[in-house]
Amino acid sequence: MRRIYLDHSATTPVHPRVASVVNRYMLADYGNASSVHSFGEAARKALIRAREQVAGLIGAEDREEIIFTSGGTESDNLAIKGAAWYNRKKGKHIVTSAGEHHAVLHACKALKRHGFRITEVGVDSEGRVDPDEVADAIEDDTILVTIMMANNEVGTVQPVAEIAEIARRHEVLFHTDAVQAVGQLDVNVSELGVDMLSISGHKIYGPKGVGALYLRKGTRIRSQQHGGHHERNMRAGTENVAGIAGLGEACALAEEELKFRRSHMIRLRDRLLDGLQESIEGLHINGSRDERLPNNANVSIAGVEGEAMLLGLNAEGIAASSGSACTSETLEASHVLSAMGMKPELAHASVRLTFGRENTEEDVDYVLQVFPGIVSRLRSMSPLDY
Amino acid sequence: MEYTDKVMEHFMNPRNIGEMENPDGVGKVGNPSCGDIMELFIRVEDDRVTEASFRTFGCGAAIATSSIITEMVKGKTLQQALEITNMQVAEQLGGLPDTKLHCSNLAADALKEAIEDYRRKQDDPNAE
Repeated sequence: MRRIYLDHSATTPVHPRVASVVNRYMLADYGNASSVHSFGEAARKALIRAREQVAGLIGAEDREEIIFTSGGTESDNLAIKGAAWYNRKKGKHIVTSAGEHHAVLHACKALKRHGFRITEVGVDSEGRVDPDEVADAIEDDTILVTIMMANNEVGTVQPVAEIAEIARRHEVLFHTDAVQAVGQLDVNVSELGVDMLSISGHKIYGPKGVGALYLRKGTRIRSQQHGGHHERNMRAGTENVAGIAGLGEACALAEEELKFRRSHMIRLRDRLLDGLQESIEGLHINGSRDERLPNNANVSIAGVEGEAMLLGLNAEGIAASSGSACTSETLEASHVLSAMGMKPELAHASVRLTFGRENTEEDVDYVLQVFPGIVSRLRSMSPLDY
Repeated sequence: MEYTDKVMEHFMNPRNIGEMENPDGVGKVGNPSCGDIMELFIRVEDDRVTEASFRTFGCGAAIATSSIITEMVKGKTLQQALEITNMQVAEQLGGLPDTKLHCSNLAADALKEAIEDYRRKQDDPNAE
């Protein structure tokens, strides 16, 4: 059976070029970067090269501004908790948005138990944060604003440069979770004016279990993990050299391919969205049509529950995801769709299809060929109108 | 989601779908906010369920439990039908994932509602 992977926002396949680099640092140059000998030297060189590759992709001035972590979640936690604890005497207030990834929202929630105050600004019906609302939310003792660059569920791209400018005017640190944006959008830390930015390896054809935090020179945060002097004392623990080398290679690849990836995926995405809108009645496109991640198509199909659609698609060889409660462990509908003001029956009826560099127009046409049939079959047994 | 083959078989080929014409009893359970809505229709003759059908908005487990209960209940007396539990429905499907046992496993509840609806109508034939 034909198998089509359309869940690249969940994770991506490791690119062969990345895999061969990872392989080298697992099998041949396996040294500990802290060791004096030649094996250690090879590992140290790998870290320097990877730091330069990551810095290059996001326009960081100095490779020392890159801290390697275990992934996007750790990067978010380090940025938010690290900034909060370092600045706690200055203030205990943080501004974020209701549509953030759980890595951000739950890190903030954890700080709340330690007396920090969190303001979650809302998002509009397209999932967008209003910069004016962020400005209004900043108080005298605000120490951090954290707003994602692009939403992982609905793909809405946030006006991050504008919000960063507001934060800077108020002399408040600004962090952005750019896990979904990196490798798809122009991400330049200087142009964006961000102090901290989170990156994940496995969303950009790199390995799982590795990520990075960009930390602007002069920005002080408190380390959240204690041990050796790794990562300029910001993140203790023997470096995941193979993973880090893979992340670096993935970043170099993203830089080379950025233009192609963007135009390729926008073409596929729009072909899919237009085709679905034409062939399925009662279909609602979630998120912004214009300010949208190139690879993200997210729709709600009235009267049909999301997990049921995923099972139907999976039976046809198509891998997608959903914001339905039934696909989460918490049994609640997507907090992002809820924050956008979507009625529960539509939130439960959402499907997310996210493209990757290897998808083709034939993949899209195959989805368009089978999806309407799945929908009408499920609608034939649904008590809900559409 | 780890579904058994039996669940998938009922999900892919559900039995007895659709609204019944002039049903003797209708049971509705669930609500949109939890993501599952189940409607069960029954026909009753001589105190036995002779036919059942369903309409369900919900996940794979919700659809599979709806489908299998329409088969389980056929030919049962009303008393026997009332004794069917959600757990038995899940067992008939070879089990359900833990998270589904308490959210999408509502078919027996819908059946009870349908039988109560039937009895209400018997007690008061003018009631709608």
